[in-house]
Amino acid sequence: MKRDQALEVLAKHHANGIVVAVYQSAFDWIEIRPHELNYLCTGAMGQASSHALGLALGAPYEKIVVLDGDGSLLMNLGSLVTIANQKPHNFYHFVCQNNTYEVNGNFPIPGADSLRFDDIARAAGYPHAFSFCELSQFKAELGQILRLEGPVFINLHVEPGISYPKNYEKIHSAESRSTFRHALGQRIVQKELL
Amino acid sequence: MYAATGNDSIQGGTVIKALVQADVHTVIALPDIVTCEAVLWPIAEDSRFRLVMVCKEDEGVSICAGLSYCEKRAVLLIQHTGFLDSINAIRAIAVEYQLPIVMLVGLQGMEPGYAMRQSQSVGIRALASICDALELKYKEISSEEDAAQIATAIQNAYVKSQPIALFLTAAPVRQV
Repeated sequence: MKRDQALEVLAKHHANGIVVAVYQSAFDWIEIRPHELNYLCTGAMGQASSHALGLALGAPYEKIVVLDGDGSLLMNLGSLVTIANQKPHNFYHFVCQNNTYEVNGNFPIPGADSLRFDDIARAAGYPHAFSFCELSQFKAELGQILRLEGPVFINLHVEPGISYPKNYEKIHSAESRSTFRHALGQRIVQKELL
Repeated sequence: MYAATGNDSIQGGTVIKALVQADVHTVIALPDIVTCEAVLWPIAEDSRFRLVMVCKEDEGVSICAGLSYCEKRAVLLIQHTGFLDSINAIRAIAVEYQLPIVMLVGLQGMEPGYAMRQSQSVGIRALASICDALELKYKEISSEEDAAQIATAIQNAYVKSQPIALFLTAAPVRQV
């Protein structure tokens, strides 16, 4: 399936929630779902799932979606164990697997022919792990998946779709961080008032 | 030439008290031989804290970052080798993003009574220079008096949204 088509499906189900996104998934996502609660500044490659765990523990009433990359997750595989051990009920970990370091020259990731992230997640202790190759199946099942108690792992086998611009400035900007902080702060106040 | 700075010691309880004073209720940790007995184990047994065990220290930098956006204070309790291993995450997330990442760092192999720059261990001796190069604020905690300042250091980090590394140059001891 095309990555942008998969992300469009996700955007319909998670229209206003927090999303931690990296690299090409982030570049696509901010065009598909521009939102103040896009957490873009993960700083160092591989760290998205760990930032998201902090958010999930700090804001347990929010659904936290991570849009990880395959090369990125390989850099922080231990985080799967850390996350499974913490059992954040509001944690939804998507990995866009295209088997290459897409923004770094399209070089293949190690193990590209055999790597199954959903098996690794399951073995790490995620109670739910899924893998999708077909958009129609993903579309049919996503709603139900997002109603499961986390942590949930969703491996998306994707190929590039529309080529969205690589907006590095935005994903590293102080403005993005400030916008997110302000939006989350408002959301926390609203939740506490309920 | 190495000069001892005195027969210093730190009570683990003083460190833990400082965390509570600073409103820290989440500790992200990877066991460190220097702090495990007197700080980590008591925290693990203390219901005032949520303990998040990580597989690698740089995870902890990011978890602290995520928590900070939720206005939740946390401390990353690690060994200096893990600090060295996490330099890129510290550089990007703590320093460049100016987030209140508080690192409480045990120094494996630190000679009692010496300052970090005087250590015979290359890894320990380099810490101060690395922090200076990164423009990362740090403090050496070598006595009860220093440990009593941990709470203020954490408060300042969160109020100013700045990272800080607190290096325990003396091994904390557990009160019996």
